Amino acid sequence: MTKFDLSERTSPVPFITSAVATGETYDVIVVGSGAGGGQSAYTLTMDGARVLMLEAGRNYDPVSETAMFQTPDMAPLGGSGTPDKPFGFYDATIDGGWQVPGEPYVQTSTTEAGRFDWWRARMLGGRTNHWGRISLRNGPYDFKPYSRDGLGMDWPISYDDMAPYYDKVEMLIGVYGANDGLENTPNSPEGCLLPPPKPRVSDLLIARAGRKLGIPVIAGHRAVLTQQLDWKNSPAKLHPGNPGAQKIIADDMQRRLACFFATPCGRGCSIRANYQSTTVHLPPALATGKLDILTDAMVHEVTLGKDGRATGVGFVDRTTGKQMHVSARVVVLAASACETVRILLNSKSSQFPNGLANSSGKVGKYLMDTVGASVDGQVPLLENLPPHNEDAAGGLQMYIPWWLYQQQLAGKLGFARGYHVEFGGGRGMPSIGTAAELEWLTGGSYGAKFKQDARRYYGSFVGFAGRGEMIPNEQSYCEIDPVVKDKWGIPVLRFHWQWSPHETRQAAHMQKTFAEIIEAMGGRVHGKIESDGAKAIAPGGSIIHEVGGAIIGADPATSVTNKWCQTWDVKNLFLTDGSPFASNADKNPTLTIMANAWRVSDHILARMRQKEL
Amino acid sequence: MDRRTSIKWMLAAAASVPSLQQLAWGATITNGTSAGIAPAKGYGTDPKLLDGHKYGELWPLTFTPKQRRIATVLSDLIIPADDISPSASAVGVVDFIDEWISAPYPQQREDRKRVVDGLAWLDHESAKRFSQPFAALDVSRQKKICDDICYVPKAKPRFVEAATFFARYRDLTAGGFYTTPVGRKDLQYVGNMPLARYDGPPLEVLKKVGLA
Repeated sequence: MTKFDLSERTSPVPFITSAVATGETYDVIVVGSGAGGGQSAYTLTMDGARVLMLEAGRNYDPVSETAMFQTPDMAPLGGSGTPDKPFGFYDATIDGGWQVPGEPYVQTSTTEAGRFDWWRARMLGGRTNHWGRISLRNGPYDFKPYSRDGLGMDWPISYDDMAPYYDKVEMLIGVYGANDGLENTPNSPEGCLLPPPKPRVSDLLIARAGRKLGIPVIAGHRAVLTQQLDWKNSPAKLHPGNPGAQKIIADDMQRRLACFFATPCGRGCSIRANYQSTTVHLPPALATGKLDILTDAMVHEVTLGKDGRATGVGFVDRTTGKQMHVSARVVVLAASACETVRILLNSKSSQFPNGLANSSGKVGKYLMDTVGASVDGQVPLLENLPPHNEDAAGGLQMYIPWWLYQQQLAGKLGFARGYHVEFGGGRGMPSIGTAAELEWLTGGSYGAKFKQDARRYYGSFVGFAGRGEMIPNEQSYCEIDPVVKDKWGIPVLRFHWQWSPHETRQAAHMQKTFAEIIEAMGGRVHGKIESDGAKAIAPGGSIIHEVGGAIIGADPATSVTNKWCQTWDVKNLFLTDGSPFASNADKNPTLTIMANAWRVSDHILARMRQKEL
Repeated sequence: MDRRTSIKWMLAAAASVPSLQQLAWGATITNGTSAGIAPAKGYGTDPKLLDGHKYGELWPLTFTPKQRRIATVLSDLIIPADDISPSASAVGVVDFIDEWISAPYPQQREDRKRVVDGLAWLDHESAKRFSQPFAALDVSRQKKICDDICYVPKAKPRFVEAATFFARYRDLTAGGFYTTPVGRKDLQYVGNMPLARYDGPPLEVLKKVGLA
C-alpha cells in the first residue's frame, strides 16, 4: 500500500456489480455507507487503501433526486408522514423507517415502556441523508461517566484522544456553531467552526426567558455550510504530507455551495450545503479512484479463516437474490449499531458458536437510545408579527446545553445524567398541521373567525424537545430470534428494552423545565405536563440514536472491542458505527461516530503500513 | 396530523424526532368501515418525489356526488371566502379531503370512517330539524347545526361524536387550504426562496417583541 497518487486511479467505474467485486482484491471492506462507513471509506482511500464499500440499499444521488423547493400541495396527502414515508413525503429517506418491508424484527414487548423500535434506511448514505445535522462534541465527562458518578462504563479513551478527530471532522464536513466555554461542552480550535446563522425571533425570546431562569441558550452546532469551507487552509490540516488528498478535498470543498437559507435539511441537499455521506464523504473518496461501491448488497456474515482472521463477508445480492462473497485484508463493520450486532451474531463458526467476536458474551448487550420528551406552547408575543422569512438554516439555530452538572453531581436532581434541549418555532412553510387543533385557543371557531385565528396564531408556537443521556443497563439488549427470518432467510434481531428511573426522572425534569420556559416567555403550555416521567418519555428507538451492542473497553472479558474498536477476538475486524459506544451522551452521536471512524481508520492505515494487518 | 405532531415534524428538520403516530402504526390495522375499503396500495417506500401528482391517480377516490356536495358546503362554512382569500373549495380542498380519506394508511382509514359517517350525520340531523338535506339549507340554518358541534368540550352529549368529526374535518380543511399557494399567501409565508444571506428578524419585528 502506498500513499495516494493520482496516477494510480484504478476504478473508472466506481459503482460495480457483485460479480466484479468478487473477482477483485481489496485492502479493506467497509460494510455500510452512512456516517461511520462514509468516514471510514474517506479516510482509508485518501491515504491510498483500496476499499470496497457494501450498502444494503439502492444507489442514491442527492444531486438529482432531492425534492428541494417542492411544496406540500404537490405531494400526496399534503406531504404528511405515512408508514411508507414516516417523516413526510419529501423526506430524503427511501426504503426506510421503523418498519422496512420484508425485513422484520421482534419486540419482546409492545408497551410504551418496554418496546424498542428499530429505524433503518436502506439507501446509499443511510440515515445521513435525512438526519437533523446536529453535531455536538462529547465532552471530557462523557468518555469517563463511571469515574464521575459510578454508573455505566468508562471508555478506554479520553476526550483528548478524540479531540483532534473532532477538529478534522468539523473542518471536513462543515459545522456551524460558536465557542461558549461551558462545562463539558468543548470549544473547537480556531478554524474548525463556521459562523452560526442569526437566531429567529422565537430563539431570541427563548434566550431571554433562559436568562431569567438561569438556563444558557447558545448557538446550535449543525453540519450546514453557512459559508464555503476553508478550502485554502483546511486540506493541509486534514491530510498533512499528502498533496494528492489535499488537492482532491480542496477541489471538492469548492464544489459544495453554501446554504441559501431555504428548504428543509431533512429532504437532503442537492447543492451539497449540508452533510450527508453521499454529498460529502463519498465524492472525494470516489475521486481517489480507490473506492468501489456495491449497492443492494445485504451483508449477513463475516467469514472466518482457519487462522482466526476475517477473510471477508458474505452477502445477498438483492438484485439477483444470489449468495455472494468478497474478500479483503481487513473488515470494517459500520452497518449501524444493531445491524452490526446482527451480522456478528449471525457469523457462527466452530471457533465462535455464539457469534463472531463474542467470547465475552457481550455482543448485543448495552443497547442505548436517547431519552426524549417534548412540550409545546403558544406565545402571544409572537402573534401577528410582520411577515418575514424564517426558513433560515433549516433547523435549530440555537440550543440549550446541559447546565446542571454541579447540582447533579451533588445528588440534587434524582437522576444522574444530563440532557440538552432542541427547540423550534416561527413562520415555517405552512404544513398540514399549521392550523390544526387550534380549539384550545379558539374555542372551536369556524368561518371568517377561523381564518382570522389561523392568521393570528400562525408562527406563534414554540416546541421543545429534550435529548438526554441513557445509562446502559442489563435489560436493554438485542439477540437473534430463534425463529423469524427476513425475506432472504437471514435470522432477525429480537429486542429487549427497559428504562431506569435515571431516564424517566430526567424526562419529567425536561417537561417541567420546558413548561417553565414557555411560561417565562409569557406563553401557554399546550397539553399536560407529566410529573411521572414514564408517561413523558418517548419509547426506545424512537429518537433514532441507538448505539452500543458491541462496546469498547479495556477488558476483553467485559467488552467486545479494544480502544481501537478492533474486536478482541478477531484482529482484522473493526467496528466504526455506533456499536462500540460505551455510553450515549446527550450529544447526538453522529459527530462522534465520524470522529471515531477517522481515528480508527488512521489506526488501521498505520497497522497496514507496518504489515500487521 | 395533530398540532403536536406537526411541531414534531417541524423539529424533525432539526433532530430525529419520533412520531407518536408512527408508533401507533405498529398496532393491528382494523378493517371494515361504513364506506367499505377498496383494497389499495400506498405510494410505497420509494415514490418518485420530483413529479407532481393528480388526485385519484394513486388510489380510488371515495366521495359520491352527494357526499361531495355536503363536503363542499362544510369546507366553505369552515373556510369561506373573505377579503384576503377565496373559500376552501375554490382551491381544491374537497379533492384534497377525498384523496386523504381514500388513502390506504391507518390514520387515513380512520378518518375515512369518521368523515363518511359525519357527512351522513349532517344530512340526517338536517332532515330531522329542517326537513331538508344539509346542502340545501340556507347558511343560517347550516350554522345552527355547526354551532352545536364546533367545539367538543362544550358539545352536548348527543353531539359529541359529531363534534369529534367536525374537529377532524376542520383540521383536514385547514390542512388542505393552508398548504396551497393561496393558503401560504393568506398566512403571509414568504420563504421557500434562495437567499444570498440570512439576516435574522427585521428591526420592526424585534421592536414589536421588545428586543430592540
